[in-house]
Amino acid sequence: MTYTSVSACPACSAAPAALEIVGPATVKKTKLTLSLPTIHCAACIAAVEEILTTYPGVKDARVNLTQKRALIDAGSDIGAQDLISALARAGYQAHELDPTSIALTATDRGGRDLLMRLAVAGFASMNVMLLSVAVWAGAADATRDLFHWISALITLPTIAFAAQPFFRNAWSALRVGRLNMDVPITLAILLALVTSLWETTLSGEHAYFDAALALTFFLLAGRYLDHRARTIARSAAEELTALEVPRALKLIDHHEIQTPVANLQVNDVISLHPGARMPVDGEIIEGHSDIDRSFLTGETLPVPAAPGDLVSAGEINLTGPLIIRTTAVGQDTSLQRMAGLVAIAESGRSRYTPLADRAAKLYAPGVHILSALAFLGWFLYSGDLRIALNIAAAVLIITCPCALGLAVPAVTTAASGRLFRKGMLVKHETALERLAQVDTVVFDKTGTLTTGTPKVTNLDGLAAETLSVALALANGSSHPLSKALSRAIPEKGIHPAPVNSLIERPGFGTQAIYKGERVRLGRAGWAGPAQQSGTLAVLCIGKETTEFTFADDLRPGAAQAVSDLMKSGHHVVLISGDRQNVVQALAKQLNIHDWVAEALPEEKATRVSELQDRGAQVLMIGDGLNDTAALSTATVSISPASALDAARVASDIVLLGQDLTPIPDALTTARRATTRIRENFRVATVYNVIAVPLAIAGMATPLIAALAMSASSITVSLNALRLK
Amino acid sequence: MDVLVWLIPISLFLGVVGLIGFIYTLKSNQYDDPDGNSQRILSNKWDDHPRT
Repeated sequence: MTYTSVSACPACSAAPAALEIVGPATVKKTKLTLSLPTIHCAACIAAVEEILTTYPGVKDARVNLTQKRALIDAGSDIGAQDLISALARAGYQAHELDPTSIALTATDRGGRDLLMRLAVAGFASMNVMLLSVAVWAGAADATRDLFHWISALITLPTIAFAAQPFFRNAWSALRVGRLNMDVPITLAILLALVTSLWETTLSGEHAYFDAALALTFFLLAGRYLDHRARTIARSAAEELTALEVPRALKLIDHHEIQTPVANLQVNDVISLHPGARMPVDGEIIEGHSDIDRSFLTGETLPVPAAPGDLVSAGEINLTGPLIIRTTAVGQDTSLQRMAGLVAIAESGRSRYTPLADRAAKLYAPGVHILSALAFLGWFLYSGDLRIALNIAAAVLIITCPCALGLAVPAVTTAASGRLFRKGMLVKHETALERLAQVDTVVFDKTGTLTTGTPKVTNLDGLAAETLSVALALANGSSHPLSKALSRAIPEKGIHPAPVNSLIERPGFGTQAIYKGERVRLGRAGWAGPAQQSGTLAVLCIGKETTEFTFADDLRPGAAQAVSDLMKSGHHVVLISGDRQNVVQALAKQLNIHDWVAEALPEEKATRVSELQDRGAQVLMIGDGLNDTAALSTATVSISPASALDAARVASDIVLLGQDLTPIPDALTTARRATTRIRENFRVATVYNVIAVPLAIAGMATPLIAALAMSASSITVSLNALRLK
Repeated sequence: MDVLVWLIPISLFLGVVGLIGFIYTLKSNQYDDPDGNSQRILSNKWDDHPRT
């Protein structure tokens, strides 16, 4: 059977085979995308483009300053790494972006489509409005009819094109038997068109072509604002994800081969350099090192690792090279299992109904009933179908949610813009509304309140010679505690002592010869005995031992943010996976009374939902994988940009800078934004309360409809702009 | 009022010209990088050969 099909259609089977051969070569000539976070001026653009286009093999390069990216059209033999180092030499920081993670074209097309419809609707409504002004000014008889016909000629194709998004949304809602904001909109537009056409054929006085177009234009403006705010947030979030191009070094016959993580299989042997993140779960078969588990467990301090130890995806290898045999890949890794917890928690999130939907639920049936009653009443009273239909159309147009459609997007755009300037990225459309309700703030410790990098606490009072030996030994290692020493000691004006044959023993410490004596800096027990508990590094010169103690460094603005939150009456809770005494010390330092230590990821999520059961609205702030479940359980969540990808995905808001002080401010902004949204709803209602009786009484002319619509839309937009 | 016979087609024509102009700018990616364009105009590097 297979044979016949091959011979029957040779082109079908031959072409894919040929493509497979040609494919990889041509695909490699795809565009590279670099993120350039530091560019900001015309000179930067010129310099970067100069460097990139003159680089051998690059065909074309263009910098986009708005997105701070460079798109490069390069030959197959050029890797992003070459270009990044060329830019680094000129002083421009660059990162490769994973092109599959940035769905640039898809998001862009939606925005352009809306902008096009907005432009067409704007053009048409301006023209029709000019013609209408002549009619309002008193044009009569043949002139009025001519103007109405021209208006109809412009309006019909415009509505057919520009109002499509509303028609489509309304249809999809009606098909499943629901009502949304788009149903009354669609009904109003269509009814206005039908009655206006009918009136025009009968040389009638009132036509609502201008109202139908103005309605479409204002509503499209709201949609476009909404779309743009979300696209900006989404592309920034995508960029954070795209920065982590997942690759691993697979060992085949003692050669390291770069492989995408997706291609790894169980029992593959991979090599892991110091500083790299574990791509899979596995078992160490060779090498000693220290492993940073803070993202998974919240422990600040690295743990030593030796052959036979198990490691999980997401941990970071710190000091020595490791060879790992993989035990689980892809969906089976502990990282992915944690994502399962998030999916369960997510289902709770969807309980929140946005303000706009709540307004629509009240509003949509009310409008329809009102309009239907007006139609029935006038039909029974006058017996004239034409008058009754006219009145019903007037009611629908006047009550139509022009201002309601703008009320929410205008405010959220203004508020998100304000927060973005302060370094916060609002990812979710209802995040601001939920943030406004918050009365309890839950912090994670490691990486959130603290930077996750330790700081030496007992340098004062130590001899200069001891310090200089410690510095010399610390400089030889990339262990976080050594790095802390190499940062802190030179600040006291001390230079490293001359030492010989310095070696690092990953998992233990560093060792050298100083003045003929063996000196060691490292773990207690290996370098020398320790008296204090909680001592973290020991320096041993001959028989003399010195102990260094460390504390986790507070993130800038952490103390300020916590005290501001407490002052404004929020309940602050600290939940950490770290050890009891460490968490207690930090809670005392920040004056937090409610704290939990040694919490497992599930416990964090349960704690949050317990708080919620007691009626609290919880804001969760965390960065680790162990926080993701809690982040998605909470009413609303924030994570710093340094957080693990999974945590950033689970949270509603991303904090772009290091500083935590914008958080209390964000709560205030969110509260003010929600107040503005409610005010806007009230403004729209007031307009309706004035205009609807006029419409029902049959006194609403197209002029009144146009005035009410424009005035309420402008009031609502201006009210939103007050947030800036 | 005979002048309307001329004025209305003329005004519609001018409006359509504006609309087509806008659609052209949209299709030729002129709204992709507003920040970059506002900076590029300050440099005379691209005066003779504007980047497309």
